[in-house]
Amino acid sequence: HPVVAALPQSSSQRDCRWYSVSNLSVKERIEKKRKAALLGGGQKRIDAQHKKGKLTARERVELLLDPESFVESDMFLEHRCSDFGMEQDKNKFPGDSVVTGRGRINGRLVYVFSQDFTVFGGSLSGAHAQKICKIMDQAMTVGAPVIGLNDSGGARIQEGVESLAGYADIFLRNVLASGVVPQISLIMGPCAGGAVYSPALTDFTFMVKDTSYLFITGPDVVKSVTNEDVTQEELGGAKTHTTVSGVAHRAFENDVEALLNLREFFNFLPLSNQDPAPIRECHDPNDRLVPALDTIVPFESTKAYDMLDIVHAIVDERDFFEIMPNYAKNIVVGFARMNGRTVGIVGNQPKVASGCLDINSSVKGARFVRFCDAFNIPIITFVDVPGFLPGTAQEYGGIIRHGAKLLYAFAEATVPKITVITRKAYGGAYDVMSSKHLRGDVNYAWPTAEVAVMGAKGAVQIIFRGKENQAEAEAEYVDKFANPFPAAVRGFVDDIIEPSTTRKKICRDLEVLASKKQVNPWKKHANIPL
Amino acid sequence: MASHGLSPSLNRLLLALKYATFQPRCCAVHKAHYSTVYNGNEKTFDKILIANRGEIACRVIKTCKKMGIQTVAVHSDVDSSAVHVKMADEAVCVGPAPTSKSYLNMDAIMDAIRSTGAQAVHPGYGFLSENKEFAKRLAAEGVTFIGPDTHAIQAMGDKIESKLIAKAAKVNTIPGFDGVVKTAEEAVKIAQDIGYPVMIKASAGGGGKGMRIAWNNEETREGFRFSSQEAASSFGDDRLLIEKYIDNPRHIEIQVLADKHGNALWLNERECSIQRRNQKVVEEAPSTFLDPSTRRAMGEQAVQLAKAVQYSSAGTVEFLVDSKKNFYFLEMNTRLQVEHPITECITGLDLVEQMIRVAKGYKLHHKQEDIPINGWAIESRVYAEDPYKSFGLPSIGRLSQYQEPVNLCNVRVDSGIQEGSDISIYYDPMISKLVTYGATRAEALSKMEDALDNYVIRGVTHNIPLLREIITHPRFISGDISTNFLPEVYPDGFKGHQLEASTRRELLASAAALHVASQLRSQRILGNQRVSNSPVECSCWELVVKLGKEAHPVTVTRSGNTYTVEVDGERVEVCGQWSLASPLLPLTINNTHRMLQSLSRDASGEIVLQYLGTSFKVRVLSKLAAELNSYMPEKVPEDTTSILRSPMPGTVVAVSVKAGDTVAEGQEICVIEAMKMQNSLTAVRQAKVKSVHCKAGETVGEGDLLVELE
Repeated sequence: HPVVAALPQSSSQRDCRWYSVSNLSVKERIEKKRKAALLGGGQKRIDAQHKKGKLTARERVELLLDPESFVESDMFLEHRCSDFGMEQDKNKFPGDSVVTGRGRINGRLVYVFSQDFTVFGGSLSGAHAQKICKIMDQAMTVGAPVIGLNDSGGARIQEGVESLAGYADIFLRNVLASGVVPQISLIMGPCAGGAVYSPALTDFTFMVKDTSYLFITGPDVVKSVTNEDVTQEELGGAKTHTTVSGVAHRAFENDVEALLNLREFFNFLPLSNQDPAPIRECHDPNDRLVPALDTIVPFESTKAYDMLDIVHAIVDERDFFEIMPNYAKNIVVGFARMNGRTVGIVGNQPKVASGCLDINSSVKGARFVRFCDAFNIPIITFVDVPGFLPGTAQEYGGIIRHGAKLLYAFAEATVPKITVITRKAYGGAYDVMSSKHLRGDVNYAWPTAEVAVMGAKGAVQIIFRGKENQAEAEAEYVDKFANPFPAAVRGFVDDIIEPSTTRKKICRDLEVLASKKQVNPWKKHANIPL
Repeated sequence: MASHGLSPSLNRLLLALKYATFQPRCCAVHKAHYSTVYNGNEKTFDKILIANRGEIACRVIKTCKKMGIQTVAVHSDVDSSAVHVKMADEAVCVGPAPTSKSYLNMDAIMDAIRSTGAQAVHPGYGFLSENKEFAKRLAAEGVTFIGPDTHAIQAMGDKIESKLIAKAAKVNTIPGFDGVVKTAEEAVKIAQDIGYPVMIKASAGGGGKGMRIAWNNEETREGFRFSSQEAASSFGDDRLLIEKYIDNPRHIEIQVLADKHGNALWLNERECSIQRRNQKVVEEAPSTFLDPSTRRAMGEQAVQLAKAVQYSSAGTVEFLVDSKKNFYFLEMNTRLQVEHPITECITGLDLVEQMIRVAKGYKLHHKQEDIPINGWAIESRVYAEDPYKSFGLPSIGRLSQYQEPVNLCNVRVDSGIQEGSDISIYYDPMISKLVTYGATRAEALSKMEDALDNYVIRGVTHNIPLLREIITHPRFISGDISTNFLPEVYPDGFKGHQLEASTRRELLASAAALHVASQLRSQRILGNQRVSNSPVECSCWELVVKLGKEAHPVTVTRSGNTYTVEVDGERVEVCGQWSLASPLLPLTINNTHRMLQSLSRDASGEIVLQYLGTSFKVRVLSKLAAELNSYMPEKVPEDTTSILRSPMPGTVVAVSVKAGDTVAEGQEICVIEAMKMQNSLTAVRQAKVKSVHCKAGETVGEGDLLVELE
């Protein structure tokens, strides 16, 4: 593998002095080292970690993985720094400040690293980075996801550039693994400076509320540079990143809840881009009718409803793992199952900002769609979109560029794509939302669907500008366009279906589409408008 | 019996049915619960308009269909896809959501009658059912009102006149009765003359709505204010009535049925004592309290009253009965009652059919001696409301999942909603009337337990926990009830089912087993070659189940679908199909069948189960996770003493404070109106008002911030 060959293999330097003073047999020495490794930075630091409401690196790994499935690597690896007294015995910890290895989650293989805050504050040494790189390389060779549990004060300052090199080694692997195996970061403590770019490069970043932070520079530096007063929590806490910045995808109450949820989340994912989306045993009948859906779309087209109600009603067991539930809420994305098979759900949310597409929702949707496409996860899109959000804020922010990302993502995707237009599909946003024209495999319309360039009022004002009897013209327009027929007669939707049959139809389609094969033209890589 | 023109064999069948003793039958086979057979040769109407919504509209339409009558539904715009609209042959929209603009909009309803050519109108209950103006307008256009004559509506609709008529008809009436009240001070004076306690209510209103009890002058003034406001908003008639309040009474009513030829019958009693805020919750027929002679005396007085006002159609004479079986006339409802199904169950009559016949002018088939009491029937009113807040504050929402227990034998569910329906702030929050019957009361009660356990309602808060507690309470079972039952049995408010050691073990064991079943399912990935060849299913699961503050260590071992759970030193065997998709979770726990419901389950081990009617939240963690969880910090919940949130969705009627005001403990801060009930929200402590976040006329949701205190 080319990546493995490119690795910087620093030779481990033996500490001969230690051997000379030791009378212990090798076996006893191994035992002693193992014991020391298991204690990390020592009982005092473990207690301090617990006092902060945090678990230790090993406790986290144990909770994340199936019982007794963890196979550790590099337990004996130590840092190689000899400056600033780091060479002393008391500053050497077997395994250094990270625990790495592989294990299983519900029987399925996963590689894990868990930074150990009790050893030098979890700071990243060259050795630390080397351990992470090793398991990432293995994960890519065998095709298994990598989960990182981040809890690190930052670079190992004593090591200087070696630490920085370590970061870059990890970043490189993050990038090379991107789209090959799923990568998940769970931020369980501080993660600052350059370190933040590893989670940023992974597919999903989760955070623990109140105990985790992500920022480029901390509040002190911010104060000295921009004179802003801001707390750690406000600057880079879980709330900020899951509601304002969109850096993190979900936040959980505490370590235990976060790890248990991560296990649940992992169940949705395929192991690599060579594996199909997993199919779990399903108890929910695939032909279940959902009568509640026949009345869910309100009669007044201006009235909101909750797209999540539709999603919950259609998917298996009402089980929907929403991604970024509190950010750009005008679009809903997340994982669910249909007849046991993992699917990605994308839906406009009429309840928030009428479900319009804006910068944030386009980017949120685009990244999710690309993840699904990379990992063979079929995409089901529920469309009720009045268009792109107008205004200077959006135009100056680059809605053209960002909106194009969602368009790009849907167009490029070759996984099975099923689209259901529940109500509005107006203007360019209709095209964007996994339309037939972007190679939608199955495109349905509910009887309430309206596919048109715009709403009746706006359209009439343009077509019949200056004419009297606008109301009559509006009625004519509604009659003509505010229904699914214009799209259906042109074959832009494959069928107009009763909402109650949606689940049944999608399950049937997915079965057929499981063998879908579609290839994009060869290219070095595509050029998504970033 | 009018059976002319019927074949002799059918005639014999009719007689056999009429006198048949009660036989439990399965609803799947026998959908209707009536022992009388509709006579198809008796021509009534071609088309009837039902001036109502919800379950009662559906109920009327069902009988119309049976009688071959075309039906017209009226509806507000928000109800345009309601069940009653779908069931009817035709439907007419009569206005926007507020009832005053739709279901009470006489002009629009008259238009609907004209445009559809309906020959008669069934008004259901509530709305225009006891509105003499409506009856008059119908009469003027030659449309039959399926109910009594205007004269009877007027006489009985006026609480003062009705008592005078009752007195004259030698019906026992309540002492201390007085007159119309115009001002608060007049109310106080009248109350003092009668002697406390007194009851204050709208003259025009039926049922318990707008009824308040005052024990002193202060409460009289408050009661006057609320009742007159409610009277004005609900009935457009702000007259009030004040009378002696009989403490600890039973509420027992007699169903009467009369024709236009001077015949009147009493169809036995209904016991409606279980009430909250003067609204009925559980009803039964017959009453455990009445002996045959009291029953006859009440029935005969009810018939005397009906005859005194030339009553025709179905009606109800309500009595208060004291502990010595003295009974007093309360009022007569000149309409079909909500709780009429239990009378239908024990008598075998279809009251709606009888109303339609009588309205057409037919004579009653039956004689008094034909009216049986066959078995026992119980009705639970299933409401969208939170029983933990004053025995039921309205809740709204969308019925995301909804399954009625109609697959059970001897269960009748009258409802007007279905999965996907919205329970809105505009109308009564009743979801359905759940009726069970049996040869004996015990049988009917046990069936009610099953029915409540099998009833799936998701998306709105409902009162099934309270209903199930009531019907299994020893006092209720022994028949020792009064209208004060709820406040007496739950002096500190309803708190849900209280677990005992054995039932707690059952709950913990079920939760633990469900957790294991779900964990095992997570390992079953189909057709995947990349799952470990040697999956480790541990032979014994060590778990900790947390219920409330207490953590219970349990161990679970599995053998097929049977889980053996060791909990609190005892062994519990739980067996089931373990469908993780079904809302119902039928289990056999230590050889006893139990219907649990799985309300929610999340990744962090939280499982919410409905068990014995009440929902219990437990958290199931592996032993390791539970140990590690002890390091997790407790997060401090929001301080609720300094904020006032809306306890229910509704409209802000009045805000009595502004920022900077100092309020005393118990002082009114604002008034929220929901489902036509006005609720005064008061300060929980003395404080200064920091900010006000609502204003009169605004619509608020449950949990919305109204006022902040300092």
